[in-house]
Order: sequence, then C-alpha cells, then structure tokens
Amino acid sequence: MTAAKKAEVTTPATDLRAILSAVMASGGIRLVDLTQTLSPDFPPIVLPPEMGQSRPFRMEEISRYDDRGPAWYWNNVSFGEHTGTHFDAPIHWISGRDRPNNSLDTLPLEHFIAPACVIDCSTEAGADADFLLTTGHIAAWEKQHGRIVAGSWVLMRTDWSKRTDPVAYQNLDETGQHTPGPDPDCVRLLVKERDVLGFGTETIGTDAGQAAHFAPPYPCHYYMHGAGKYGLQCLCNLDRLPATGALVIAAPLKILDGSGSPLRVLAIVPASSGSG
Amino acid sequence: MPTRAAYDDVVLAAPVTVPYVRYSIKSAHWFLGRAVAELIAAAKIPKARIDGLAVASFTLAPDTAVGLTQHLGLTLRWLDHVPMGGASGIVSIRRAARAVQSGDAEIVACIGGDTNHTDSFRRNTASFSQFSQDAVYPYGSAGPNASFAFLTDYYMRKYGAQREDFGKLCVAQRNNALKNPLALLKKPLTLDQYLNARLVADPLRLFDCVMPCAGAEGFLVMRRGIAESLGLRYARLLGAIERHNAFPDDPVQYRGGWALNGEELYQQAGIGPDDIDFLESYDDYPVINVLQFEGLGFCREGEGATFIRANTFETAGTFPLNTSGGQLSVGQAGAAGGHLGIVEAIRQLTGETLGARVPNARHGLVSGFGMINYDRGICCGAAVLAAA
Amino acid sequence: MPEPAKRPKRKNPVLRTRQPTLPPASRSRVALGLTAAAARGRLELQVCHDCGAVQYPPREVCRACLSHRLVWRLQDGCGELLTETVLRNAQELFFRERLPWRVGIVRLDAGVNVIAFVHTNAGAAPCRVRVDAALDRAGQAVLIAGPEHGRPDLSEDPKLREMTCDPRSRKILVTDGKSALGQAVVRALGQAGAEHIWIGEAEPWKMAPGFEALRELPKAMIVPLDVTDGNSVRELAGEIGGKVDILVNTCDCHRTFSIASRRGIETAQLEMDVNYFGLLRLAQEFAPVLKARAADEPTNAIAWVNLLSIFALSNYPPHGTYSASKAAAFSLSQALRAELGPAGVRVINLFPGPIDDEWDQLGQPPKLSPAAAATAVVEALEGSLEDVYPGDVARDWLARHLDNPKALERELSEGAQ
Repeated sequence: MTAAKKAEVTTPATDLRAILSAVMASGGIRLVDLTQTLSPDFPPIVLPPEMGQSRPFRMEEISRYDDRGPAWYWNNVSFGEHTGTHFDAPIHWISGRDRPNNSLDTLPLEHFIAPACVIDCSTEAGADADFLLTTGHIAAWEKQHGRIVAGSWVLMRTDWSKRTDPVAYQNLDETGQHTPGPDPDCVRLLVKERDVLGFGTETIGTDAGQAAHFAPPYPCHYYMHGAGKYGLQCLCNLDRLPATGALVIAAPLKILDGSGSPLRVLAIVPASSGSG
Repeated sequence: MPTRAAYDDVVLAAPVTVPYVRYSIKSAHWFLGRAVAELIAAAKIPKARIDGLAVASFTLAPDTAVGLTQHLGLTLRWLDHVPMGGASGIVSIRRAARAVQSGDAEIVACIGGDTNHTDSFRRNTASFSQFSQDAVYPYGSAGPNASFAFLTDYYMRKYGAQREDFGKLCVAQRNNALKNPLALLKKPLTLDQYLNARLVADPLRLFDCVMPCAGAEGFLVMRRGIAESLGLRYARLLGAIERHNAFPDDPVQYRGGWALNGEELYQQAGIGPDDIDFLESYDDYPVINVLQFEGLGFCREGEGATFIRANTFETAGTFPLNTSGGQLSVGQAGAAGGHLGIVEAIRQLTGETLGARVPNARHGLVSGFGMINYDRGICCGAAVLAAA
Repeated sequence: MPEPAKRPKRKNPVLRTRQPTLPPASRSRVALGLTAAAARGRLELQVCHDCGAVQYPPREVCRACLSHRLVWRLQDGCGELLTETVLRNAQELFFRERLPWRVGIVRLDAGVNVIAFVHTNAGAAPCRVRVDAALDRAGQAVLIAGPEHGRPDLSEDPKLREMTCDPRSRKILVTDGKSALGQAVVRALGQAGAEHIWIGEAEPWKMAPGFEALRELPKAMIVPLDVTDGNSVRELAGEIGGKVDILVNTCDCHRTFSIASRRGIETAQLEMDVNYFGLLRLAQEFAPVLKARAADEPTNAIAWVNLLSIFALSNYPPHGTYSASKAAAFSLSQALRAELGPAGVRVINLFPGPIDDEWDQLGQPPKLSPAAAATAVVEALEGSLEDVYPGDVARDWLARHLDNPKALERELSEGAQ
C-alpha cells in the first residue's frame, strides 16, 4: 500500500462521524478507560539487578506559573517504554526482531482499533496468584461466548488492577513474582489456531510472574511477538467490559524503532451490554 | 650600649582636648579636625604653619593620615600615621622630635582621636589584627577583656597581688577625675564598689574596664625657639623610648618593654625615677599600671603590690598617678588614650591644669602601651618631660 | 562535673522559633590549615622545616628563623594551663546567648601559647591539660583544653557539646534503611541513643534480608522514600521535615562497570539519579527546613551526613561510572555545606573504601563491613568531624591522594588492567 493509502481510513469520513455521533448521542455506546494513571507511584517491572533496569515514570516540573515560567505549567517526563499501562510491539522480543513492521512506528494503522474478547479469571486468580490460563479455560469460554475471532484482542481479566498497594500488585517473594498469566499451550493455541491480534493483562507482564521457569521461558512474549502479535499490560476496568462486543482503541506512541510505549487504552462498549 | 642623641631643645606645647562624649554620630574626621582647630587657636598660628602631622585613630578608616590631610586642607612636609594604639602618642613624640630637630618640619601636630558609634566596637574588632581574628575572637572575647583577665589572673597568682591593690589605684584615679570637668565618670568610687562590681571576665570587674567614647587629644611639637617666638608655654622633652614585642617568650605577659629600655630612658633624660613628680601611665586595665611601675623603675619586678600599699596616688599623694583621672575615669577615646597622659603632663608642667595640680611639678613621665595583637600588648613607649 | 545531656522536654508551640547565630567565622587562609585538620579530628600546627619551631597563631613565615617552609604536623596537644578566666559578657550574639564561657591560655609543650576553651573536666589553672581541635558551629577550628589523659568528651561539657552533633535524644532520618549499610546505620544510631529514627524505604515490593526485623525496633518508623522521585521526597519532607534533627543520606546505587564494560548509559543514569540527583532532591526539600530549625528548642536541626566513597576523590576505573556519580555527589555536598553553613548545620561526609556488600563480592580485603561503616557514622556525629575516612583502604587512598593525586590516578588505572 502507498503511504497515503496507509494513512486513510477505509470508510468515508462523513458517514463514520455521523454514525458515531448519532450513536453516542442516543446513549447507544459508552467509553471505558482501560488505562492506569501514569504516576511516579506506579510500580515498574522488576528485573534482576545485574540487568539494565526499565525506569519508572518520573516527572520533573519545568515551571508552574512562577519565575521559571510565569504563565505556564509543564513538566519533563521520563519513563521506560514498558511503564504503566503499555503496549508491546513484536520487536520487543528476540523472537520478533526480524519480523516486518515490528516497531511502533511501522505497525499497521488498522491494528489500533480491534474487537476484544474478555476472559474472566477473577475468581481463580483471587484464589491463586500463580493461576495459569489454559486451553481448557479457552474451550470453556468459547463454549459460552463463541469462537474467538481472528484479529481480536484476548484480554485476561483477573481483577489484579484492584490491588492498589504496590507491594500486593508486584507480589514478590524470595522465589520471585507471583502473578497470573497464560500457560504455553494456551498461548500457542491463541497464536496458531485463533490468529489473535494480541494478549492483554491487568498485571505487569503478559506472561505469568513465574514464566521465567516455563518452557519456553516467557511463552506469551515468545510466541506472540514471534508471530508479529502484540501485548497490552497493566490494564484496568476489564470488569466493566462484556465478554465480547467491546471495541478496543490501543494506539501506542509513534517512537522511532520503539519496542513499546505507555498509551491510552479505550474500549467502546455497546451501552446495552452489561459487564462480562 | 651606644648613647642616643639628645632631644636638645625639643618642646611640647598647646595641649588640647576635644571633650569626650559616650556616643557620637560624627566621624573621626570631626574630632580630629576639631583637635587641629584647637591647636592652631591655642598656638595662635595660621593653619599653614602646621607643616607636620602625626595621626593615631582606629575609626578614621578607610582614611589614614593621608585622607585626613586633604580633608583638613593641610599641606605638609612631614606626615605619619601611627597605628600603635595607646603607644601612638609616645611614638608620635619620638618621630616628631627628630623631624623638628633635623629641620624636616617646624611645627608638628600630634593628634589622636576616635569617634564612637553604637557599632564601632564591632567594626573595630573585626579589622583589628589577623591573630585576634584567627586565635582570640573564636573563643568569645571580641576585644581585649579576656587577654587582660589572663594577665591579671596570672600576675596576681605569680606575685600575690590582691584585688584591693588594683582597687586602690582605681579609687585614687577616680578621686583625681572628680576635679576634671572633662571626665566622663563623675561619681566617686569606693573600694567596696570596686570590689563588688559585676564580673566582666574573672577576675576583672566593671571598674577594671575603661569606657570607650568619642573624643580627641592633641599637642604641638617644635623647637624651643619657635615656641618662645610664639609666646607659648611648653614642656621640654628629656628622653623617650619605644619597644615592640618585648619578651615574646614570656608565657603570659607579666612585664612590658619598658623593662628593656627603662635605664636608657633615664640616662637620656639625665634624671632617675626618684626625680619623677608624677606618672601618667597607660591605664586601660589596672594591672598594666603595675607593669609600668615595675618596668619604669619605680619598684622592682614583682613588687608592684608592695609599692601600691606603700603609696597614695592622688595629686596630693606620695606618687601622683594619672592626675586627670586616667582613661579609667576620663574615658578612652580610642587611640586618644595614649595621648591623654601626654596632654595632661604638658598641662601639669606648664601650670595650666583643668583639674587638680601636682604641687611643684618639675618632671613628669608619660607612658604608652597598646595593640593586644593576640595574647599580649605589643607596643610600648615612655617619655620624660620637664617644666620649662 | 560532667553533665550528660538530659532528655529534652517538648517545645511550646506558641513561642517564636529561635534563629541560629554563629561564632565568628572569619579566618585568614593560613589559619584554615587548622580547620582542615580539625575537620578530620586532628590537631595540627605548623612546624618550621628549617629550624623545627612550632608556630601559633598560624602564619606565613617562621617566627624564629623567617623560613617560609612551614609544614602542618600532628600535635599531641600536651601542655600547661597557665591562666584562665570566665567570660561574663560578650559582644557576639552567639557567645552572649550562651554565657558564661571558660577560656584559658595553654602553654603547649611544643613551645607555643594557645588560647582555648577549657573543658569543664579540666583542672583549675595551673595544671596539666591536653589540647584538642574541634569544629565550632561556624565550621571553623577551635582549640579545647581538656583533662590531661584521654580525649575530652565534648558531650560532657554543656557548652562544648554544641560542637558535636551527638545523636543522643535526636530525631534522625536515614534515607535508605533497607540496604545492609542502611540497616547497620539504623541500628547503630538506635544504640547511640536516638530518640526516633525514620527509616526510608524505596520500592517496598522488593525485600531485603534483615529489613523486616527493623519494623520491630522501638522508636523507629519505616517511611516511604524514593530519592529518584521528586514527589516522594517532597511529600516526606512535608510530613516529617519539621522534626528532623539529623539527616543521614545512605542512598547508594553501586554498580561495578567501567566505560567499556557496559554499553549504553542506563546503568550510569541510575547511579547518577540515586547518588547525585537523589542528594539534590533531598537537599532541595530538606535543607530549607533544617536551616529554619537550626536553633530550634529543645532540640535543633544539627547535621546532614552523606555516605560518599573514597572513589569520589579519585576515580576507581573498574567502578568508573559509580565513582563519577560519587564525585558529583561530593561536589554537590560542598554546595550543600555552603548553604547549610550559615545556619550552623554541619555537613559531614564519609568516604569509606569498598564496603563488603553484594556489589563488591570480588573485591579483595580489606573491605569495610556495614557495621564498621555505621560505627564511623555515629563517631562522626558524636565527635566534631566533617571529613571522615573510615577503614584502612580509605585512609590509604587519602594519604596517596594528598601526597600525589596524579600518582594515585596511575595506581588505580594499573589496578584496573
């Protein structure tokens, strides 16, 4: 496709605006914010100290209507690409490093708006911090809600985002991090047999906290990115989404050769549907 | 030792005092300028006849004698700024005497004076000396009280002097001051009051310390022929010495530089201690008076207390001391402290006293001391004067 | 009679806070040689290289032979107290507020007279004494005549105690109480009699061995503090800044990389963000309130302690970026000292050699244990010190640096190869 074409939406603009306006005005849809507030208090991913560390979110005030700038307030911010609610691109993992269009600035535009399947594991994850989503769970969900459509986000709802205490959110002990995630078989299924757009979680990684010990290690990253698919992490408010029918807008920053970025993740939900 | 040149016909005339005040908003230039004005009035000479000037002052800064020269509109053949505190008066005499003897100048005005603002003490101490800044002020005593407390304590323990001995001197000087209209301290002082006054720095109490004030003193130095041609009364200069940083290895200062050159002084003057009719000693603290008694030969070293007990020090006493009251009763107008005794000595020897007169005064000794640079006074001097 | 400090009563909140005053701070440059030695807890005087005469007050040429070759040398301070007085009156506000003062003249056996404060435990003149150097609240050297034997314990003299930063009865913030060093510092300060210790903790989700036990300490409280986050520093300063008497900055990010051994600057940035910018953030938020409380009663803000590193003096290339971050912190601490100085709050820097922690596992002994480093912190506060070099390696490197810094630079690069 030419560059010009790539930047266009395929539906005539006037029709779309009219439809959306009408639907919103009629109260037919609602917006749900799936994004955690980006703040210095939000815990960053923990790596062994010998590794390079991803920076937490930091703000340094430039001026605030004062001698440093009398009429304006602004900040310099800094963060790792994978800080807060964030998007993982295929180039983030070694398995995806040679894929075409694998960095933030080269991702296909149409992937930024996609339907979402929300799998509710909140009860199981509440009982077991190391809960793993399996092919069996997928089968049970599909039995109820239908087959996962290709090009959809699969979002694993665990209600982990309700853990507002950073210590509970990280849930580290002497053996490492204990957070829920998908097991390797589950990931392989979603990638090879469902051709999903990507996997999203409420935790700090798309993989489970103990995934370093899986075969392969970090299977969600490994297989998803290896297949040119994406990740979404630190989501919240998944409990306000229906199991199917939500449309997720997830457009990361256009960083040159970027591996990921914090972003605003929004869901457009039919007003009639209750949460899943 | 080689003999020193005599002072031949060097004389001191026109003793003037610019009255002391406790505080003044005027600058030192005002007091020193008034002193020069009084000098030319007393000598009945035009200002232009003053062709030499010796100045001592702490608060003239940032000016020195140079700034003052232009300030007063003087044109001089001879100029000296003497920064030796209470020894400046004697040293000015020594400088001026040789100047007029050699013909370098004809009439030298010797003036000492200072103003006293409410913050003068703080300003003066801040710029006093490097050793004081580095090794004295950090220990709490901005100013000489601690150093003289040490001296007094040491002297008392070394030689057995009592506070009553020092008190006797202070009481006598106050009695002398009572007749001096210019003295700032006008109330009689009893020994009891002296002994029980509030402590300043043990063992020093209130009446051991001078009252800093503003004021000036001055006199003229010239050859006798000039004084007579002007019709002035005068006192003759018979001898004068100075000595600086004497006995640096004494652990604490218990003797002054006079002890080194006292004999020479009397030799030059052609008289001895017994011929002295009155002593104007430098009395910033009573213990220094005692060092002068000993150093100038009036008693042996260490026997100051005995000497005090054996004498009376009023103008009518056996050993008239600080006959106008001394600094302890008149006040210390900064650097004028060392000129005060000279001016009083001239008045006594010319018969023109402001207060009480020493009967039959023929010879007087004036002594100066100053600059507690660190732990001891560095400068000292003395001069023997005679009636005409 | 010795007078140990009593536990202070609470402050009456309606009274105006006292403002700090200082003793006279002016010194000639040559006299600052005394200060440099006193900062390290030493009494040094100039000795003439040519005739051996000891000099005091400090000067430019020998008082005996006029030689200009005067060298500062350690003195034992033994001498005789010749005379003393008690000052009942003073012109300087600082002295006036604290009258009376006992001062005296000591004739040192070395052959000079010194004016000195006389410790309450010293005998009455004349008697034998030992003179020591201390830093007064203006940060300048002063001499103290104490009893003949042993070092005078400044805390036993109610006047001279103010020359120390004794942690007894003080409220202290330890910015990182979680590292092995930080935990040791917390314990040592507790044993030294601190009234209360705030224990700073960043990244509460990371556990550190031994840290949980600190929760059980009486008179201690764990508080959130991440010196890489300005908000965190500001919030803590707002909450407790008005109570802190002593701030001990133990935050340290220590990695062991040289320039070539780590690509990218991410690790060096982290070292700088903790070691240098962390200090800057703490200084911006805590320095103003410490200054305002420098004369507060009954206990005032008195000290700021930085755990630097001997690597700050001369870069240790195997830990090259770490060394640079500690050097940056050292430089900044000098600016902090200039800012806190006028209020009389002392900035104390410790420059330990390698500490026996997980980052220096392969470093050869001697290494400083965290407990030994913590002891050095307490001793610096209890004494009258400003520059502290704990441990053999630190003292060795300091000596080499003072002797010939270029030679030390070469020696440290050889070690790296």
